Amino acid sequence: MAFYQRKFIYKNLKRKITTIILCVAIFPLIFLGETIYYRFAKTYEEKIEDQIKYRTRSLSDAVEIFLRERTAILATIVDTRSFDDLKQQENLSRMFKVISRRTDGLIDLGVIDSAGQHLAYSGPYNLKGLNYFQQAWFNEVMTKGKYISNVYMGYRQLPHFVIAVRGYSNGRGWILRATVDSDIFNQLVRTAQTGMSGDAYIINKNGIYQTAPRFSGKILGKSNISLTLFGQGTTVAEKIKANSKTKHVAGTWLKNNEWLLVITQDVGDEKGGLLTTRNTEIIIIVFGCLAIIMTTFFAMRIIFNHLEEVDKGISELNDQLIQSDKMAALGKMATGIAHEINNPLAIIGEKAGWMRDLLDEEKFQESENFKEYEQSVDKIEEHVERARKITHNMLGFARRMEHRLDDVDINNVLNQTIELLQSHAQTNNIQISKDFQFELPIIASDQSQLQQVFLNLINNAIDAVEKDGLIEVKTRKKDSQIVVAITDNGPGIDEEHLKKVFDPFFTTKETGKGTGMGLSVSYNIIKKLGGTIKAESKLSEGAVFSIKIPIKIPEKK
Amino acid sequence: MDMFRILVVDDEVDFLETIVNRLKKRKLFATGVTSGEQALALLKEQLFDVIILDIKMPGGMDGIETLREIKKIQPLVEVILLTGHASVETSIEGMKLGAFDYCLKPIKFEDLLQKMAAAFGKKSTHDKKIRDAKIQELIRYPSKVFDQD
Repeated sequence: MAFYQRKFIYKNLKRKITTIILCVAIFPLIFLGETIYYRFAKTYEEKIEDQIKYRTRSLSDAVEIFLRERTAILATIVDTRSFDDLKQQENLSRMFKVISRRTDGLIDLGVIDSAGQHLAYSGPYNLKGLNYFQQAWFNEVMTKGKYISNVYMGYRQLPHFVIAVRGYSNGRGWILRATVDSDIFNQLVRTAQTGMSGDAYIINKNGIYQTAPRFSGKILGKSNISLTLFGQGTTVAEKIKANSKTKHVAGTWLKNNEWLLVITQDVGDEKGGLLTTRNTEIIIIVFGCLAIIMTTFFAMRIIFNHLEEVDKGISELNDQLIQSDKMAALGKMATGIAHEINNPLAIIGEKAGWMRDLLDEEKFQESENFKEYEQSVDKIEEHVERARKITHNMLGFARRMEHRLDDVDINNVLNQTIELLQSHAQTNNIQISKDFQFELPIIASDQSQLQQVFLNLINNAIDAVEKDGLIEVKTRKKDSQIVVAITDNGPGIDEEHLKKVFDPFFTTKETGKGTGMGLSVSYNIIKKLGGTIKAESKLSEGAVFSIKIPIKIPEKK
Repeated sequence: MDMFRILVVDDEVDFLETIVNRLKKRKLFATGVTSGEQALALLKEQLFDVIILDIKMPGGMDGIETLREIKKIQPLVEVILLTGHASVETSIEGMKLGAFDYCLKPIKFEDLLQKMAAAFGKKSTHDKKIRDAKIQELIRYPSKVFDQD
């Protein structure tokens, strides 16, 4: 499969895996977040409703107690003091003083007889002598015994309400009446006006404000709240829309279902905590999703890059194997040919030698063509020698790669290698110069493997120079090592590439030209033989590959 | 100095004749045969110092087999294997069987002469040691007959 096809498959696979991971990771996270938020919001709302219900109940209890207490005071007086006693102005005034000292909220106190005549009055207004017989509340208190009025303006032109209790004297009814301070009553209700939008007020069953609301409306004004929202005598909490805002409204009927205590609260006001929680949760989920996405993409990239690299390596290794198979087949063929040529070549060589032997005889030397013969024999011998070197080199290269120790003359191995590459170099007008140290010691090493290393290095140098250049092959003995340096005047290797030249599969040659294995194999061979190999280069200054091989003296045979 | 006796064994008649002629031209005692069997027959009758032996000889005994038999008949003779079909296995086997050297055809005649000289040198040293040992033996046991050489 071509590499670009695999790249496409990898891309596809990467996309699929990424999508699956993201789906599996992100959707549950969002679902979980939503569920938690939904449950939390529900609980929170229930709590808010409970709270407003509780506040309404507490306040309604307080208001009821307030009214009951004051009614009880009046009832106690009526039950314990006689009408004749109280209708005396001084006695009533004394009584009012005593009450005022013990309790607050009452403005005045008055005694009214069965004909509706205000007989005695203690308070800031001059109400003595007024007749209430025609007033609706008078009849009511006479009939029911106790009465708490709605808030009204009355003679004094200030919002107030009265509490009246009926007593009996000599078979006739009379009334003790007190006025309740509207301010104190308002203050009591106002304690429930909490937060920025919280309101609390009392309306009567006609929807008239009995206490002043905090927003929109005033005492004795008409409220637009629908009384049908609230069940009789019970406390309910409802939500209604006003100005596109949701409100919680709670109501409790008071005073025998004549008054309705209403407490309202904007939802937004109470849900501040919920909104903060929701925002925090959204931020956490968003960051969580981002982290998952980034980690997934990052991890996928690392994994797939690695996978592609490994795959590339494997495919190159396959190419390399195919290449080495080809080389092995070629080597076998070369060996066969070399063997078949060696025999006729030996005969030609020996025949030429025999001719030379004969030419040495005196009678031939006198022949006029003696020089021609001699030159011809020389040429035959020269070319047999040339052919001999070629076939012997071929056999040398086809030898197996097993590591074995030969008696190696490095100069000789280099000579053979250069000879093999000479024609290739000459075609490209590249001169290979030799600077060999005379009489290098013969060492115990692997000749064929060394030959392969030299072949790789010189071949690389030829490829690097390309055309019209110079390659120098130098040998030196240094301490206990033989140093071989192969220098070219090619374009050189940049610093980045220089670090990788011995890495397997690293090549700068065009695709198909180099396997990237030559230098890696060379490196391993030299390492195995106990030596070192080093590359030095600067861009546009050529390159030097130097090999140090330890001098191991061969054992005497 | 003893006469230098050389036997060349090669199925390639052209090569064999030329080599023998060139050796004779250098006043050396050289004989050529074209098969292992002929070589063995000759060795039973005549002593040689050095044998140049081809390895691949189709149709009869090959060089390695011949070498094995040669060493049975004349253990002291030095054999130089010379072949166009070099292989690591045969070279190792040849050396194990006691060949003096292993050369690849074509070889420079001068190089071959050098190798033969080295082989002869080795053999004469060996021969001398044996001769000396036999003289010592004769001194110690005078009744023993000095059979050869």
